[in-house]
Amino acid sequence: MKRLILTTAALALTASMGMAQTVRMGTEGAYPPYNFLNDKGEVDGFERELGDELCKRAALTCEWVTTDWDGIIPNLVSGNYDTIIAGMSITAERDEVIDFTQNYIPPASSAYVGASADIDVATAVVSAQAATIQAGHVAESGATLLEFATPEETVASVRNGEADAVFADKDYLAPIVEESGGALMFVGEDVQLGGGVGMGLRESDTELRTKFDAAIQSMKDDGTLNTLITKWFGEDAATF
Amino acid sequence: MFSFCTDPDTLSDLAWMACYLTTGKHLNFYYAFGTVLVLLAITAPTALAFGFAGASAARSRVLPLSLIGKGYIAIVRGVPDIAFFLFFVIALDQGLEFLKHQWVCPDWDQPIRQGNDFLVCQAAKVPLGNSPQWVHKTYSFFVAVFTFAIVFGAFAANVLYGAMRAVPRAQLETAEAYGMTHRQTFWRITVPQMWVYALPGLSNLWMVLIKSTPLLFLLGVEDIVYWARELGGTKTPRFTDYPHGDWRMWYFLVLLVFYLAFTRLSEVVLDRVMARLTLGQATTGGDAQRKAKA
Repeated sequence: MKRLILTTAALALTASMGMAQTVRMGTEGAYPPYNFLNDKGEVDGFERELGDELCKRAALTCEWVTTDWDGIIPNLVSGNYDTIIAGMSITAERDEVIDFTQNYIPPASSAYVGASADIDVATAVVSAQAATIQAGHVAESGATLLEFATPEETVASVRNGEADAVFADKDYLAPIVEESGGALMFVGEDVQLGGGVGMGLRESDTELRTKFDAAIQSMKDDGTLNTLITKWFGEDAATF
Repeated sequence: MFSFCTDPDTLSDLAWMACYLTTGKHLNFYYAFGTVLVLLAITAPTALAFGFAGASAARSRVLPLSLIGKGYIAIVRGVPDIAFFLFFVIALDQGLEFLKHQWVCPDWDQPIRQGNDFLVCQAAKVPLGNSPQWVHKTYSFFVAVFTFAIVFGAFAANVLYGAMRAVPRAQLETAEAYGMTHRQTFWRITVPQMWVYALPGLSNLWMVLIKSTPLLFLLGVEDIVYWARELGGTKTPRFTDYPHGDWRMWYFLVLLVFYLAFTRLSEVVLDRVMARLTLGQATTGGDAQRKAKA
């Protein structure tokens, strides 16, 4: 009985601490339409809208933090923020270091974009963002891999001729190809990589993961997630 | 910012530019110049203090103290800056949280290291998880200052160590002949005279420090280079009211002008300081000044 009271007290305590706790959401802020900085300098994009909705449903106070992609996992595990919500694909390698919620974007296509249609992506010089599943895929495909720290630089390298093609999430590349006025185009076949995009959390943070998992599930169930995906990624994007 | 900025598509070039250059994001960019300058203003004296302490320790006749001083100089000078900045900041942050954890949560029964995770109780977070964003920003700013001060302090220590030894032996012997103690000789003879030997090395360090501020982003402080890259990147109309092509070159040109102007200004100031320090010194420079006057 005493034990029971203690546990209840502890639960009440953690619950009240949970109320006061702010969940810090780590993102990159350089990967439209997933996440980017708008004209005001605030985090914006699909994940901003999704994250705010998830926090509302899970009754959490959330704060947005931007960080460098290279340091995004080390900073999470050392506790500088509590979640990664940055278009991060769920992969087995990452799952060894951190935990993921269920995916909030279904496994999506990655695509090659080049300046001319006759590029052979198996032998060309292909740029990709460092430490992404796309960079891993290019390295294995036999093409020459050119790595950059930010997504913006990978596309710029194709524009200035340094690379023949860029390999990235199709959802990221689609608006760029559309706005380029024919200067850039999709080349080769689309590739399916990873297990979709999920939120990354510390492995020990099971409580928070359960909360976000439930919130994502509720958004999947009532269809708001699909509406959000269509809003940011267009009619052709894969939905649940 | 201006009232006419509501619909940028319809604006003339000049008005468009005025609106574009005053977006919230650009204000952050301008603000970052201030951050860099404040960082330099705080870091330089702190690093000099670290350097002075390191050099005095290295010269000490107490063996452990001199080993600490020499060890600090050798280790920090030997480790590549980037490795130091990546490793040290996380280690410092975790060290602080660990100590605070021992202090505020003595009853905590879970291990602090669980696999890859570093876990302290919520109350021991530095800064607290629910503190406003500006507290986090200020904290990472001072972590940056401290890290820069440690790194540049080691280089400064080496420069000052050499400078202390360059003070002519005859000066020290004269002091001893007057009956001054070691401490008195150090403070009244060595320290006032060493600066003229230290300044060329220290001014080099200052120049390197100015140019190493882009390392700030590694420390979680958004500096001018980060914003220049972010603002200059191609912007498509879907995600901004001000679409433009790859303008990074123009932004970096602004940075180039800023850094050049700043280093030039530093050179002018340092030259004056050097002239002032040389006055009356037993060096060729001091001799030349004396002859020019005569």
